[in-house]
Amino acid sequence: MIEISQLTKTFDGRAVLDALTLRIAERDRIALVGSNGAGKTTLFRCLLGHYTYDGTISINGESARRRDPALLSRVAFVPQLPPPLRMPVGELLRFAHETTGARHDTMTEMAGRLGIDLATVSRQPFYRLSGGQKQKILVTVALAREADLLIFDEPSANLDPAARGAFIELLATRDDCAMLIASHRLEEVAPLVNRVVELDRGRVVLDDAVADRLAAGEQHSCMVVLREMHEPMARAFLSWGMTAKGDLTFTGHVPAAESFRFLSMLSRYAGLVEKFSMDVEGKRRKGG
Amino acid sequence: MNKPWGMLISARLEVQESLRARWFFLYAAVFFGLMLLLALTGISESRVLGFTGLSRLLVTYIQITMAVLPLFILVTTARSLVGDREVGNLEYMLAFPVALRHWYWGKFLGRLLLIVMPVLAALVFAVVYGAVRGIAVPWLHVSLYAGLICALAACFLGLGFFLSSMARSTEISLGTSLVIWLLLVALLDLLLLSVLIRSQFDPAFVVGVALANPLQTFRTASMILFDPQLILLGPASYVILDHFGVPGYVVWALVYPAVLGLVAAAAGFWRFSRTDLV
Repeated sequence: MIEISQLTKTFDGRAVLDALTLRIAERDRIALVGSNGAGKTTLFRCLLGHYTYDGTISINGESARRRDPALLSRVAFVPQLPPPLRMPVGELLRFAHETTGARHDTMTEMAGRLGIDLATVSRQPFYRLSGGQKQKILVTVALAREADLLIFDEPSANLDPAARGAFIELLATRDDCAMLIASHRLEEVAPLVNRVVELDRGRVVLDDAVADRLAAGEQHSCMVVLREMHEPMARAFLSWGMTAKGDLTFTGHVPAAESFRFLSMLSRYAGLVEKFSMDVEGKRRKGG
Repeated sequence: MNKPWGMLISARLEVQESLRARWFFLYAAVFFGLMLLLALTGISESRVLGFTGLSRLLVTYIQITMAVLPLFILVTTARSLVGDREVGNLEYMLAFPVALRHWYWGKFLGRLLLIVMPVLAALVFAVVYGAVRGIAVPWLHVSLYAGLICALAACFLGLGFFLSSMARSTEISLGTSLVIWLLLVALLDLLLLSVLIRSQFDPAFVVGVALANPLQTFRTASMILFDPQLILLGPASYVILDHFGVPGYVVWALVYPAVLGLVAAAAGFWRFSRTDLV
């Protein structure tokens, strides 16, 4: 679907994207990770045509023109920081409807699921909303429109836990398009994605095709030893299908595709962990 | 949306955005209030240099407009694009499928409408005021002034868009716009006169500078109907009258600033579309 080849973007002689090559297939769901300055936002801006660049970006085999409206009509975008638009929310929604065809009833439904009543905020200037409300509106606009690619730059950063949960659920229902999600909360988006792409200094340093490994049945052999008995943690390990050896030791296998989610769970109890190992042993399920 | 109505949507957003901003109301109040003030203070009944009635009112109004309108336009427009870029509005709004040329020219169109409306409304008020008071309405002058104001507005709006497209920060854009305005004002009389007096340049060059200065063009054209011999201008009037004639100069004063503004705006778009947008 989208081929990014030798994409290079420099600022003041410094390459923020350095001959980056990436292929995004239809319905790929990619978590884009990397430290600050790795090039995630710059990559998004190149895809949206906001930046000039060297290299090529082609869509369905055709080289994309700079900021191509035809391409943008198939791409929904949520920026990292909500813009301080002075227009009322209703006007923004009208603009989204006129330019992308996003339906008002769909937007109302999406917003409701994220916990915001559009009728209430419709007349309020967008910039006067709270950070969370702004983010919900932007996510609403993005999810309510038809798109082949969703680009989310730290989409849940300002959302409260309930809205984050609803957001993840809404994303999970969008199986009709590809997604490119930059997030520092990898544990949240991990269940959604089939690839994890890590950028470092403008290059792809990891392209982990979770789906491939899932299809192959790859699993990690895990062992966790606790400092002391902790009932909720023990229940969590058992729910992952691990086996208890005494009160403090738990062993078992974690599907490779679920490793982010498992590590996320484990990180909540990091203070209780005495010893932890996770071996990529490539154990295959029968018939996998 | 690569359709023409993308420009109309952009123009509508610009109009709505400006109506929400305080600058527009201040601007409208200044230009409409000025006309109201001039009318109420009975300036139409006074006589200066032979001008009286509504002509006197219009001459005074147009001279003040010439001084203030360009400054208003430059200051409010110069930070438009670059300001939106700085705060992140462009990043979001330009992710929607509206062709960049429609976005840019829609903003230009919307802002042009906003700028000329209060001034034209003030002229309409003057006409109504004249009709009510039984003062003869100089329709030719009113029409010329309306055209000159539109041309001047297009000129400085284009310059403002150009500066806003070129500058990488609001401060630079604003600073440059003020310098340009000061330069053009200075070239009206002070610098031009001093240059003439010192005679360091060919008089044709100096007259050329005056003709190229949209403020001077506006000023001369605003005088030419009431003072067809341009006695007020002194010897420089011969150059204008010999080369253009009254109708020719009026056409020049209507066309040149508008073309200059459109060329500047087009250059701004060229630059805007070929560099990083955010």
